[in-house]
Amino acid sequence: MSRLTIINGRVIDPGSGLDEQTDLVLEGGKVASLGKVSKPDDAGENRVLDASGCIVCPGLIDVHVHLREPGQEEKETIATGAAAAVAGGFTSVCCMPNTSPALDDDARIEFVYRQAQRAGLANVYPIGAITRGRGGKELAEIALMAASGAVGFSDDGVGVASAGMMAKALTYIAMTGKVLMQHCEDPELGGGVMNAGALATRLGLAGWPRVAEELMIQRDVLLNRAQGSKARYHAQHLSSGGSVELLRKARSDQAGRATITAEVSPHHLLLTEESCATYDSNYKMNPPLRTRRDIDELIDGVKDGTITVLATDHAPHTAEDKQVEFAAAAYGIIGLECALPLYKKALIDSGAIDWPRLIEMMTVNGADLCNLTSKGRLSVGSDADVTVIDPDHTWTIDSNQFASRSRNCPFDGWSVTGRAITTIVGGEVKLALDPGRVRGGSGANVADSAQALLQPAAV
Amino acid sequence: MTEQLKDGYQWPHRHLLGLEELSAQDIRFLLTTALGFEGVSTRSVKKVPALRGRVVVNLFFEDSTRTRASFHLAASRLSADVLEMAGKGSSVSKGETLIDTARNIEAMGVDVIVCRHHHSGAAAQLAGAVGCSVVNAGDGQHEHPTQGLLDMLTIAKRTGRTDGFDFAGLTVAIVGDIAHSRVARSNIYGLKKLGAHVILVGPSTLLPGAFADLDCELSHNLDEVLPRVDVLNMLRIQFERISGQAFPSVREYVTRFGLTAARLARAKPDVLVMHPGPMNRGVEIDSAVADGPNSAILEQVANGLCVRMAALFLVNGVQG
Repeated sequence: MSRLTIINGRVIDPGSGLDEQTDLVLEGGKVASLGKVSKPDDAGENRVLDASGCIVCPGLIDVHVHLREPGQEEKETIATGAAAAVAGGFTSVCCMPNTSPALDDDARIEFVYRQAQRAGLANVYPIGAITRGRGGKELAEIALMAASGAVGFSDDGVGVASAGMMAKALTYIAMTGKVLMQHCEDPELGGGVMNAGALATRLGLAGWPRVAEELMIQRDVLLNRAQGSKARYHAQHLSSGGSVELLRKARSDQAGRATITAEVSPHHLLLTEESCATYDSNYKMNPPLRTRRDIDELIDGVKDGTITVLATDHAPHTAEDKQVEFAAAAYGIIGLECALPLYKKALIDSGAIDWPRLIEMMTVNGADLCNLTSKGRLSVGSDADVTVIDPDHTWTIDSNQFASRSRNCPFDGWSVTGRAITTIVGGEVKLALDPGRVRGGSGANVADSAQALLQPAAV
Repeated sequence: MTEQLKDGYQWPHRHLLGLEELSAQDIRFLLTTALGFEGVSTRSVKKVPALRGRVVVNLFFEDSTRTRASFHLAASRLSADVLEMAGKGSSVSKGETLIDTARNIEAMGVDVIVCRHHHSGAAAQLAGAVGCSVVNAGDGQHEHPTQGLLDMLTIAKRTGRTDGFDFAGLTVAIVGDIAHSRVARSNIYGLKKLGAHVILVGPSTLLPGAFADLDCELSHNLDEVLPRVDVLNMLRIQFERISGQAFPSVREYVTRFGLTAARLARAKPDVLVMHPGPMNRGVEIDSAVADGPNSAILEQVANGLCVRMAALFLVNGVQG
């Protein structure tokens, strides 16, 4: 059993509050020790990674991605999505069930695990559908899916519209101990193609107003409270500043803090509705891009802990699905391979939070949300999922270099700072952008094998 | 006809996508150009050689009779070759896209594409993808610039403002389904730029508050604004674009917003009545009003021709 020692890095483990320059030893797929190593072992198969100037943290976790398999493999597969995850520094991702067919029974949950295992890149955890076929009419086989490894439940892409069905889903999912993740959009008020308001009016595009999001969040918070706050409720991809205020109130007591959480995506922290003015469908999202004021309120929500998790809502689409009229184009953008520097730009460079908080929201908080108790932390015995980040690495986002099968990225061409340079999953190096930092390993070329895994053609 | 004014102005737009991106000077220049083309229609030989050897394509993805015919005739009078094409009704992800269609047409050596489409932004998308000129003949709920221009030419001619196309002191009410109307949007941008005061009138379900941001007065009471207006532009209720219920009944709408003879009697005696067509007679406008002395509805159609000649002529003169 080979050993990997990561030396000289700034080790940040938000789960334990650790933030110091020290060394980390991985062995047998687990964290073997944390603390200064006097003689790092690079004999035989053992390797030493010099993380000088870098942050060493638990492997990043993204609780909200779309991997499109089964059914839309031309957009992404579990393998290409996992490759994109690793390229962006993510060791674990949770894939949404809006596939074709939907992930709404135990066999399909097992299928995701099998495909992820075949790919052998990142950990992929399926989110099961709340309702059969995500149709909103009857509960899916939630307990069977939970037993097969679904780590949460969502009808993402659509919200659970009926209050009666939502009440039932909350109480039923509470029984499994898993989290209910809601796509917060009242279907009758939402459904537009951009933020409702003066710009949508000028452009002649159908508006999707903030209230469609806020109303569902408020309804769900009231429902859960009425049922004794037994379920864990997670509001996905917030877009409205008003939603932050509602969630802040909902979390103002112990029961609320224990059960209500929320996430925000990079695009909702960096882009505004103004981007839609040229009808460029790479700016068409669900929920839509809103205004600078919303961005400020979302950042406030991150700052004060109302928003607990950062998640990309990685949504691959083919060029054919995007290069049509704005109203006809598919919603969503990809995010896994550029999320880290974008979050840094939105949240650290703006002075809102520091690296330990950012990492907390990209690791242990998502792990806790999905009951991944051995993930998202670096305590001895935890899974050896580790990301090494060079916080000063400046690079230009080039979607043509992405491992993802899709290219729908409005951040293409942005110059950004901060990048995952090594991604380690279960003790195995899956990404090594800077191979010169590695020594030992009996001549085995870590970098080549890691890079080979990321070639889209190979997976 | 020259593209240069004495002060060195030169028409700068290769495409005509909307009135929002035109300056007041652009609009006045185009309308002046249109006036110059007016005489062509009254000659015995109704043709000028301005676009001889050029190809204009009418690419219509949405049903249209009068706009299509008007563009066709306008291009013919400029001696252009005109190609009529019907695009597929809806875009599907695996089928030929709007851009594919446009590039195919362009490959035939086309100079101007006139595009009508049911999606907002379609003309802009087209303009970004092709090398030739694009004239927007209506895109979704966004803009219908030549309609806005012909409405302004009609107003100018009837109110004696063709000298400088200065609409200061003029109050124009646009009545009806504002929310779904590209005609309303183009009129708003154009009229405001020429200095008119614009009042938008309609039920709150068809007149969202966001229109106040376009520097217009908003009203839900036609009778209240009626005595103040110089021009009434009655929009068609677009039943096909309205999803769900926009007002309780046609009867209730007509009672509150329909332009009846009785209602017209309470307006200024010389109030100008316009309608972009096709009319729902007996809904937004009564026949007696539509066909009465205040109506400029047929003049709008006639003016459409020279406005479209001007549009085709000007965009074609600007190289990409």
